[in-house]
Amino acid sequence: MMNDFDVVVIGGGPAGMAAALAANEQGARTLIVERDVRLGGILNQCIHQGFGLHYFGTEMTGPEYAERFRKRVAQQNIEVMLESMVLALDEDKTVTLLSPQRGLMKIKAGAVVLAMGCRERTAGAIALAGTRPAGIYTAGMAQKICNIDGYLVGKEVVILGSGDIGLIMARRMTTEGAKVKLVLELMPYSSGLKRNIVQCLDDYDIPIMYSHTVTRVEGSPRLTGLYYAPVGKDRKPVLAEEKYIPCDTLLLSVGLIPENDLLSGMDIRMSPVTGGATVDQNRMTTVGGVFSCGNVLHVHDLVDNVSREAETAGKNAALWALGSHNEQPECVNVTASDGVRYALPQRISAKEGKIRLFFRVGNVYKNGRLSVVSGGKEIAFRNFRVLAPGEMGSIDVDAAAIEGDVNVRLQL
Amino acid sequence: MRYDCIIIGGGIIGTAVLDRLTAYRLNVLLLEAQDDVASFATRANSGIVHAGYDCEPGTLKAKYNVRGNSVLWKDAEELDVPNLKCGSLVVAREDGLKGLEELQRKGNISGVKTEILDAAATRRIEPNVASDIAYSLYAPSAGIVSPYQLAIGYADRAILNGGEVRLNSSVTAIEEIDNGYRVTAGGEMFEARAVVNCAGNNGAPVNDLVGAEHYDSVYRRGDYFVLDNTERKNVHTVIFPLPTAAGKGILVAPTADGNVIYGPTAVDTVNGDTASTADSLDALRQNVPLSFDKPAFNKCIRVYSGLRTLIGHDFVIGESKLCKNFFMAIGICSPGLTSAPAIADDLSQEIAKKLGAERKKDIVTVLPRRKTLERLLEDGKQLNELVKEDPAWGRIVCRCEKVTEAEIIAAIHSPLPATTVDAVKRRTRAGMGRCQGGFCGPRVMEIISRELGIPLEQVKKGLGAEIARYRVKEVE
Ligand SMILES: Cc1cc2nc3c(=O)[nH]c(=O)nc-3n(C[C@H](O)[C@H](O)[C@H](O)COP(=O)(O)OP(=O)(O)OC[C@H]3O[C@@H](n4cnc5c(N)ncnc54)[C@H](O)[C@@H]3O)c2cc1C
Ligand SMILES: Cc1cc2nc3c(=O)[nH]c(=O)nc-3n(C[C@H](O)[C@H](O)[C@H](O)COP(=O)(O)OP(=O)(O)OC[C@H]3O[C@@H](n4cnc5c(N)ncnc54)[C@H](O)[C@@H]3O)c2cc1C
Repeated sequence: MMNDFDVVVIGGGPAGMAAALAANEQGARTLIVERDVRLGGILNQCIHQGFGLHYFGTEMTGPEYAERFRKRVAQQNIEVMLESMVLALDEDKTVTLLSPQRGLMKIKAGAVVLAMGCRERTAGAIALAGTRPAGIYTAGMAQKICNIDGYLVGKEVVILGSGDIGLIMARRMTTEGAKVKLVLELMPYSSGLKRNIVQCLDDYDIPIMYSHTVTRVEGSPRLTGLYYAPVGKDRKPVLAEEKYIPCDTLLLSVGLIPENDLLSGMDIRMSPVTGGATVDQNRMTTVGGVFSCGNVLHVHDLVDNVSREAETAGKNAALWALGSHNEQPECVNVTASDGVRYALPQRISAKEGKIRLFFRVGNVYKNGRLSVVSGGKEIAFRNFRVLAPGEMGSIDVDAAAIEGDVNVRLQL
Repeated sequence: MRYDCIIIGGGIIGTAVLDRLTAYRLNVLLLEAQDDVASFATRANSGIVHAGYDCEPGTLKAKYNVRGNSVLWKDAEELDVPNLKCGSLVVAREDGLKGLEELQRKGNISGVKTEILDAAATRRIEPNVASDIAYSLYAPSAGIVSPYQLAIGYADRAILNGGEVRLNSSVTAIEEIDNGYRVTAGGEMFEARAVVNCAGNNGAPVNDLVGAEHYDSVYRRGDYFVLDNTERKNVHTVIFPLPTAAGKGILVAPTADGNVIYGPTAVDTVNGDTASTADSLDALRQNVPLSFDKPAFNKCIRVYSGLRTLIGHDFVIGESKLCKNFFMAIGICSPGLTSAPAIADDLSQEIAKKLGAERKKDIVTVLPRRKTLERLLEDGKQLNELVKEDPAWGRIVCRCEKVTEAEIIAAIHSPLPATTVDAVKRRTRAGMGRCQGGFCGPRVMEIISRELGIPLEQVKKGLGAEIARYRVKEVE
């Protein structure tokens, strides 16, 4: 059967656009399928500064960053289907989509790039006790309602979780006239970027309490207040120290989950740590010709990394689709231990060249050595002053030095 | 306006009674306090169609449970309500065989077929029971149904058969008048020859409004976890522990919509309380693994709570001895969902007889099978014809549950119109998925506003909740 496209990219956020551009550059007939009415993904609602410093060398807002890529896509011979939701992906790389203009369509691809981004954990997912009132939003939802629809969701706000979106929204709600009374974080450290703690909380005198959580919410039909308490070593709240705070809004910034539901029917090896597929250095999954990049692969804090990762995936998807004899290459495994939660790619097939390993740590670590070991030898290291879970790190290794499985670890 | 009969309360009992009464030549009105039917106990329960072995033989509960189980499946099919006769297991460890035999004995008296299974046979039905489960009581006639969709289905069919439903109409006064009653609800007055009290948790207070028998109610809350539909593959049947004095215990069950629930707890409380507590949720975390081997609390997408209303040890059903033509179906705790169709059959017959009404000749029995994307995906050609006619069939609004704009529009214009985000959710599943309406909630509000021609600010989430919106830069 003839392929309708060489490369089909699912999702038209920054990852999808960069992947499509890279695939197109290799001469692949490329399609982007996006369920929203415009390209840009989550960037469209991130109207704050802080994007593109690494990729473009200048700081801009999310929509500006997205616009640069949208322009490039428009200039190339890349087909874009908007308002088109992918409903299914088969192992033979047939993409099934539904759209109001086209109806139900099946498209056969030579290679597929997954770029569906992530979604937020909700109040349900953290099993919040109490009533189930209006006034509880995920931070990203509140951000969309604020920045795209032009409404504020409330006036007296408590934020649970210190992920970046929560921090950004603390500032945004404050500058729009709401009172952000408190940020509560379960862990002893923030899961967000340091710069966001400083610029979004400290600069506005918004207090953050670490090792604290919401114990129950009150009010019906609208939220009127909530109880919170410190947590013990087991992360369980110490109810004897429960306190009450009145508020009409609770924003949740308690984690992001890669949107991989499309893969549920496929025999693809997933990572329980990242929630994404496991990939090799080309960002190819265990299903040959299916690639993954951006937040659907692992949650990124900087869009610049997303764009670069997506270029790798897009380029290699094109090479796969245009190539004549494709096989899953022999790989060594990359594992993480001793404080490193995960390292990505999880597999390496390359025999030479520089490979950049991305990783996240599971706690705040100070003054140690990040070490990459293969075949009993340390093949790369870096001394560090601080590593925090909120910031994705990277380290380069020389593929030629790899002898057997690779392990990324900390030495303190 | 004068009616033959007024029903107070639009839970499963009130809607089933309405459905049955509209089969007679009677003018019937249902008054519901909330902005949709199925807004209280009927929307927050386990959704189990019980077999009936555990009810005390000879009680109304036993009688109506067993009969209800035989009628309900047909109703669900006629009304196009999701259901599955998946059977149930009461699981027990080595020391629990006696308890199972006692249940079986009760079941035999009530006419319920059950079977005691050993460890291996139990696992052929449910491979994922806890490892130390040695026996189980299998009841093949048990199953699951969508409780709120069943109530909505009854209401829809009743409206097509000439019944009337008034929402946002809380009954605040009932007065005996010549040859009937005058009922005040939502600031309006309605008269009827007969009244049926199906007010659920307010059953006893509504009795007091008119001076019928006074009852004291006991309220018992049950909290649940709802799991992502990815867990459905791990649960094949309804799994109960051995029942205790507090109730049927914490179960693990599939839902008719394709999720899984763990619950309910049993916490004594006051009328109206549906706020879950941390202790009670912890009790679920501790108890579920005792009967089920694959607990997945990390796949929770929501918690919810339902309130049981108990009057003594049995249902209260029939005409008041103090007030002529004032009927009651109250204290309907578990197995009230299962019993509803049988209760409604008896009660409607009794009322029709009292009012001297005959059956209508032609009534609607089968509702048209709803078009859903899920069904249409099996026939891509029909779907594409629909999309060509109406692009709303190609526009997915709820991404998690894959609900199209066309399905939402259909729900808004159904016989009993859905006018709130929650009402749309109960009819279409939009917002019931893992993102819990985060994305589609605002879109559904826009569609309701457009379709019903009401300002966006007036569209409610449900239960009167405003979705607060302040214009950016307008917050005072
Ligand atoms: C609030 C917030 C603040 C941030 N701040 C910064 C910052 O200051 N600086 C910075 O560098 N980075 C920041 N980031 C991170 C960065 O923006 C993200 O990592 C990046 O946008 C992820 O890109 P993506 O393309 O992987 O995902 P997304 O942008 O989420 O795009 C995914 C796209 O896929 C589409 N899609 C999903 N499923 C389907 C389907 N089945 N069919 C069709 N289409 C589908 C979606 O509609 C979406 O358009 C921030 C992120 C957030 C959320
Ligand atoms: C936790 C739990 C689990 C259960 N599990 C099961 C099960 O698995 N299987 C089963 O068979 N049964 C089960 N049940 C029992 C079943 O849910 C109930 O028996 C049934 O829903 C009761 O229906 P109802 O119509 O009497 O009450 P409701 O559904 O509560 O309806 C009463 C209605 O009356 C309205 N109302 C109240 N006061 C007024 C007023 N003054 N004016 C107008 N309207 C008024 C309310 O708004 C409400 O809509 C369970 C119950 C609970 C709580």
